[in-house]
Amino acid sequence: MQNRHVNAVVIGAGAGGGVVAKDLSSGGLSVVLFERGRWHTFDEHGDDELTSQRTFPLKCGFGPDNERNWRMAPDGEKGWRKVFPNDWSYGNNAACVGSGTVSYGAMAWRFQPVDFHLKTKYGAMPGSTLDDWPLSYEELEPYYEKAEYELGVSGDPANDPFTPPRKNPYPMSGFSFNREGIILEKAAKNLGLHPFPIPMLRNSVPYNGRPACIRMRSCVGFACPVGAKAGTQNTVIPTALKTGNCELRINCMVSEIILDDKGRARGVRYYDADNKLREQTSDLVVVSASASETARLLLNSKSKLFPNGAGNNNGWVGRNIQDHAYTGAYGLFDDEVYDDVGPGACIAINDFNHRSPDIIGGGVLCNEFIRMPYQFTTIRPPDSRSWGKEHKDFQRHNFKRHIAIHGPVQEMPVFDKKVEVDPLVKDFWGIPVARISGLRHDNDIKVAHFLADKAEKWLKEAGAVYTWKAFPGKTGTPSQHQAGTCRMGNDPETSVTNRYGQLHEIDNIFIADGSLHVNNGGYNPALTILALGYWVGGHIIDTWKGTKMK
Amino acid sequence: MVNRSLSRREFVRLVTGGTTALLISFNTACRNKISKWHFLDEQEITLLDAIAEQIIPTDDFPGGRWANVSNFIDKQLDTYYRIHQTAYREGLAALEKTVIGMKGKKFEELSFAEQTTLLMMMESGEFRDNYWKDHPSADFFDMVRQHSLQGYYGSPGHGGNRDYVSYRMLGLDYPNVIGQNRYKDLSWRIYNSKSPEYAK
Repeated sequence: MQNRHVNAVVIGAGAGGGVVAKDLSSGGLSVVLFERGRWHTFDEHGDDELTSQRTFPLKCGFGPDNERNWRMAPDGEKGWRKVFPNDWSYGNNAACVGSGTVSYGAMAWRFQPVDFHLKTKYGAMPGSTLDDWPLSYEELEPYYEKAEYELGVSGDPANDPFTPPRKNPYPMSGFSFNREGIILEKAAKNLGLHPFPIPMLRNSVPYNGRPACIRMRSCVGFACPVGAKAGTQNTVIPTALKTGNCELRINCMVSEIILDDKGRARGVRYYDADNKLREQTSDLVVVSASASETARLLLNSKSKLFPNGAGNNNGWVGRNIQDHAYTGAYGLFDDEVYDDVGPGACIAINDFNHRSPDIIGGGVLCNEFIRMPYQFTTIRPPDSRSWGKEHKDFQRHNFKRHIAIHGPVQEMPVFDKKVEVDPLVKDFWGIPVARISGLRHDNDIKVAHFLADKAEKWLKEAGAVYTWKAFPGKTGTPSQHQAGTCRMGNDPETSVTNRYGQLHEIDNIFIADGSLHVNNGGYNPALTILALGYWVGGHIIDTWKGTKMK
Repeated sequence: MVNRSLSRREFVRLVTGGTTALLISFNTACRNKISKWHFLDEQEITLLDAIAEQIIPTDDFPGGRWANVSNFIDKQLDTYYRIHQTAYREGLAALEKTVIGMKGKKFEELSFAEQTTLLMMMESGEFRDNYWKDHPSADFFDMVRQHSLQGYYGSPGHGGNRDYVSYRMLGLDYPNVIGQNRYKDLSWRIYNSKSPEYAK
């Protein structure tokens, strides 16, 4: 049976796609929202660490599955090796309704105003495609606010002098500190720093028909048992479905955007839940499949006019993939610092985000989410034994006596850090797979060392009796914070979309996910992806005129 | 054909899988006289128990053997870790052979200290003869080490962490009853109302 033609196809029901589907369907467009995964509930996962989205030795609980999805990863001199989603070299991002917003830690950061004009601030940077965004913080601010109010964010910026300007307060008050937070707050103040509660896409009080957070130990990497954590799956996607204009099609893998002879999209080809190849025609297509899969889909969508993939005649699709080079330090304490009040991460400082003359960029520093028992087996000072009595003693003695501080280093975009499509290897459905390669910029490593020093100093001030640092290297596959592969820009030569996420070359294809980021900030990117969803969705509604754009 | 040593799983394979499956199942059935295990046999389990006990030794809390680490690994070898079946079958056999060659005894018959020394050799890649030439002993050891830690510290639902032993050892409330483990101490509920103990 042929599918009914619709106004819009949205590919990927994560942060960006969920918001766009809601905006378009509320605006009266008929929408099919495609998701390669399915719905997930807390009950089917519980707090099983080994299949969480945080540590996943057995599988990524929230997808993608190992049976049908694989990629190629660099393998030294041998070239490439096949990797599965639960290998860190794969660079997974959850694949389910809500995607990463089901199981994330839910930090709700706005980028700093300066993040939108980094090139103006720091100048051109050798070895990097650093650039200004084609939109300003001031333009995006109302959309940040919309995300904060429609999904629900708890925060209190009163003690953060560096908080990005905002017209209205957060809809909910900030979270209290757990024991770690209380200890670290005092120490930060002693050091002249400015600690404040991390803004969270998590209810501190009942909000929008969902209850307040119950402070579970297992939060990041897990679904919320009471729905206090806001994701698109329990906010905007249900709203979209209620309009009657949006059909959510789960377990469907989109393989290709169909391009016509005139160089426009006329819909998508996809494998349905029974793995049958089908077509869904539409007036416009919105791609929000994550930085790696969005790029892969465009690269796999070829036509006479686009032999290198949709919108890729300048060769920029898939380039500049960024993530966050996580860095930080651990400290051991004489007394117990653990009070089992989840999710653990609660306190942050913005003092080292663009505010130090010694570095370019920077990042927020936070105490880390609760380290679950298996995850903690990997947290040891350098040269420690990884098994036997010493290992067990450390586990027993320090599980409740350690604090971790870490932060996401703002990565400098590198043109050769990229997503490509493998010329030979295909996935379960026969779709060419992605391969991700490239090295971080030297600046990222420099900033990582700078921030790790600050984290260690903070721990020592808090009374840690032993500390050690942990920094990233130049390798590492962009994973749950992946961004930048279809950057927006005013110059069609050096970007993939215009400032509204519309492909320069194809006016009825839009991007709405982290792929758009010109840079990825020194913060977890979820709120910015949500805000861009509202920005892109709003633009489509404003300019939509019957069957074409105004 | 269907004798008592065939587990239900193998029986299902037999009747559904055709000739190849039949031969494999027959082979497996011969290996596993006791069908309690999914993939490993009794001998392999004994050896793995001894290794798991080295990775997580008993102190005043039970170690890897008591916590059913071997059961965890055996279960995974029939599900998520099917890709490691060959590595375990060959690696455990090679370890036994190497140890008998060196000590004239089976690994599990050696003293605890002797076992530790051997595993440290294995960890640093010092086994280099025969099988280990093409399969670095350090790689095999590290895999078994990681899987053992998963079995001991992961959720009991996967077959290890018997009786929540590791969670009890770490002092974590368990089972984690949704919402219920939080009400003992309400001080976290109100921002700025810090318990005096930590506010000093």
